[in-house]
Amino acid sequence: MTWLKPSWQSVLAVLLCLVAFALGAMSKPEVAALAEPTATVAYPYMGAKALIIGLLLIAALVSMVTLTPIVEATVLFVGAHAAAWLLIKGIAGFEGTALAPYFLLLAAAWLLAWRCVALLSSLRPSESVARNALRLIIPAIFGAWILIIWEAVTRGAGIPFILLPPPSAIGARIANSLPILGSDVRQTIFKAVLIGYIAGNLAGFAVAILADRVPFLRRGLLPIGNMVSALPIIGVAPIMVMWFGFDWPSKAAVVIIMTFFPMLVNTVAGLAASGHMERDLMRTYASGYWPTLLKLRLPAAMPFIFNALKINSTLALIGAIVAEFFGTPVVGMGFRISTEVGRMNIDMVWAEIAVAALAGSVFYGVVALIERAVTFWHPSVRGG
Amino acid sequence: MTEHPPAVVSASKLGLTFQTNDGPVQALSNVDLTIGKGEFVSFIGPSGCGKTTLLRVIADLEKATSGAISVNGMTPEQAREKRAYGYVFQAAALFPWRTIERNVALPLEIIGLSQAEQAERIKRTLELVNLAGFEKKYPWQLSGGMQQRASIARALAFDADLLLMDEPFGALDEIVRDHLNEQLLDLWDRTNKTICFVTHSIPEAVYLSTRIVVMSPRPGRVTDIIESTLPRKRPLDIRETPEFLAIAARVRDGLRAGHSYDD
Amino acid sequence: MDPFRSKIIPVTAILAGVVVLWYVFAVILNAPFQRDVDQRGNETPGAVEFIGKTLSQPKPTLPAPHQVAVNFFENTFLRSVTSSRSLVYNAWVTLSSTLLGFAFGTALGIVIAVGIVHVATLDRSLMPWIIASQTIPILAVAPMIIVVLAAIGITGLIPKALISTYLSFFPVAVGMVKGLRSPELMHLDLMHTYNARASQTFWKLRVPASVPFLFTSMKVAVAASLVGAIVGELPTGAVAGIGAKLLAGAYYSQTIDIWSALVAGSIVAALLVMVVGIAGRLVDRAMGGRPA
Repeated sequence: MTWLKPSWQSVLAVLLCLVAFALGAMSKPEVAALAEPTATVAYPYMGAKALIIGLLLIAALVSMVTLTPIVEATVLFVGAHAAAWLLIKGIAGFEGTALAPYFLLLAAAWLLAWRCVALLSSLRPSESVARNALRLIIPAIFGAWILIIWEAVTRGAGIPFILLPPPSAIGARIANSLPILGSDVRQTIFKAVLIGYIAGNLAGFAVAILADRVPFLRRGLLPIGNMVSALPIIGVAPIMVMWFGFDWPSKAAVVIIMTFFPMLVNTVAGLAASGHMERDLMRTYASGYWPTLLKLRLPAAMPFIFNALKINSTLALIGAIVAEFFGTPVVGMGFRISTEVGRMNIDMVWAEIAVAALAGSVFYGVVALIERAVTFWHPSVRGG
Repeated sequence: MTEHPPAVVSASKLGLTFQTNDGPVQALSNVDLTIGKGEFVSFIGPSGCGKTTLLRVIADLEKATSGAISVNGMTPEQAREKRAYGYVFQAAALFPWRTIERNVALPLEIIGLSQAEQAERIKRTLELVNLAGFEKKYPWQLSGGMQQRASIARALAFDADLLLMDEPFGALDEIVRDHLNEQLLDLWDRTNKTICFVTHSIPEAVYLSTRIVVMSPRPGRVTDIIESTLPRKRPLDIRETPEFLAIAARVRDGLRAGHSYDD
Repeated sequence: MDPFRSKIIPVTAILAGVVVLWYVFAVILNAPFQRDVDQRGNETPGAVEFIGKTLSQPKPTLPAPHQVAVNFFENTFLRSVTSSRSLVYNAWVTLSSTLLGFAFGTALGIVIAVGIVHVATLDRSLMPWIIASQTIPILAVAPMIIVVLAAIGITGLIPKALISTYLSFFPVAVGMVKGLRSPELMHLDLMHTYNARASQTFWKLRVPASVPFLFTSMKVAVAASLVGAIVGELPTGAVAGIGAKLLAGAYYSQTIDIWSALVAGSIVAALLVMVVGIAGRLVDRAMGGRPA
């Protein structure tokens, strides 16, 4: 039986399909339509179920035949996603009416997608282009399935909108609220986060250099800095709001305080990171403090400094958003989240969170790209 | 004793004691040594004998705690500030963020040479160590032997008359090491520099040196100084001559005499 | 150098400097309001009296350290621990959800890490998301979780603990993956030569190797848990907890209350990190680690 090679995912998927077929209708309107074939029940998806089961069965059975992994993965990919698409499409307009077969078929589709990802994970292509593509495709399918299951379950089970809106509704909300989201991003990110981030990092860096010149200061500041990084610094937000008012300067102040210590601690550690041999070398050149700092110790500290910049990119966003919970003018991401939560506009909250997540990833990504360019020589970057 | 040219390094009653958690450790004791211009002096001995420490004292990377030492007639500190020597470490210690030519340029930037002068010296020294054509490479793109040659070029670019080398080829395999030994001798012959060379390989010491300083540990001290009778021009196969083997035997005897193996 | 001279003296000196600066700024920041009050009351106090007044306002812009200390002392030691104004009570409310969330988060993080290390599919599909999720401001979801769960009748400890779980499982998962993968190739090869089963390699090699990583990331996680619990107390205008104290202080401009709540939060954080650190050291010693 060398031509047959079943996987547990596809076998289970076939079983689920059969159970779903035996249980009958996928949703309550379908039950009604089946009960009274003559009545004009507006249920336009009568054939959908057969199509979905057919798709899943074909994909599952084909995947059991010995094929090249890439063909098998393509078949599974197409089958699973087409079935999922039909499932979601078929429940539109009839939210909350799904019956057991609906969820069984969703599970079957998901199993096939899992099998597909497992196949792709086992591929070890020799070309770097294909490798990079796989590195993107595999997590992309995983992420897509989180959205698919989220969408299908919230719609199928009719989960109340205020509990968990389906991703499609969140997407629609983002598309409809671009001006509001844009002004929130301007207020929170381009004013509070960026200004606070730059000022906080510069201040941390300057104090680190100062501490480097004055060993007494360094020995005192380092334990304090390490301790402070564990404290809930975010709690200074109400104080900053009282001092600097409701607008962005108070948020920038919170960001400055939050980013200062990671930069300080990492820069001090980085300045100690250059090797003894390299420092002895500079000494044999009778090189002074500043040339040694510029030519040896700062370049060697760069991986540490960028580590702080990356940690701080997330901290800065958290600081600015949470500080807005304590009072803000009527614009800003934290303000929007807290007021829309109060109004139970949960889709808007999710939209704002999606934008915050995107902003955070872009921010981090830009810092990481600059890091790659600056510390190209470091083994972790050049892949040594 | 034969006549020596004017002293580049001269030490008398030199001693250095480190304070450690386990009490004082005498790294150097009563070292008397004079190194003349144009000599190639090797320091050899088991680990802990103070050969590297002695080199570091000459380079002002450590301070002697007793006795006197002068480099070019000055204290080591003055000599360092006058940039009197080039130093080559056990590892290449090249900066990974600089290309080979920028690495060689490093000391030149620090002493503040003009761009034109820097370029000229980089070209000359890289040719001297046979690295022409690798200017734009980064250190991690080169083999270990090439990296160490680049670090020698960096030390030469300084144009100091004294070259201090601390087991520069210790981490390389024997084939590369033979090759670099040959090149180093050739370089010494052409530039007439004074070289202090720390090693723990007897053949390397005998092959390279005009004088071999044998040291032994606890406390670190000089036990013997052997003058080489080999000619200045030395092909690699000189190592099979009876003359070479005789000197190597003397060095081995010196090492054995200075070191008790009962511990 | 002994730790006394190398660490304790500089730290104490800098902390003393901070306190002095604090007093100076307290006088400077509170002066405008005091001048205002004095003008209205037609008073012309001398310099010393004026400074004394700036340091004893009931709602100062910047409370002086001794005001915070007195407030902290009163609310910690003099009040009964069941009083809603007691800092011990409020700290306990926050601490309990922190600990619950931290325990869940750590367990979840370890389970996920084990899965990622042993199942290639999870490694390739889930791991990128876990790493990417560290770059986003997860804390922003806190108010929504609280309100949404309240809408379906879940209030009190659980929602806050959920936020803490969420915040603490990321660092633990990432740290544990790193830790479980930390054994050198040579050691893995050695296990291979013994023909050890995957479970044997796991318990005898990977787990011991991952312990230092686990405790390092647990320190980060416990601090994040506390922040999660505090922020989780904000949106409902919560009744109790350090976050609630901060919010109430902000509403009524009770600055001294805010500062003493901050001090309480910091002490809780420091204690938590310390306990995790000590636990880590004990485990390390029990496993025969070298005293560092």
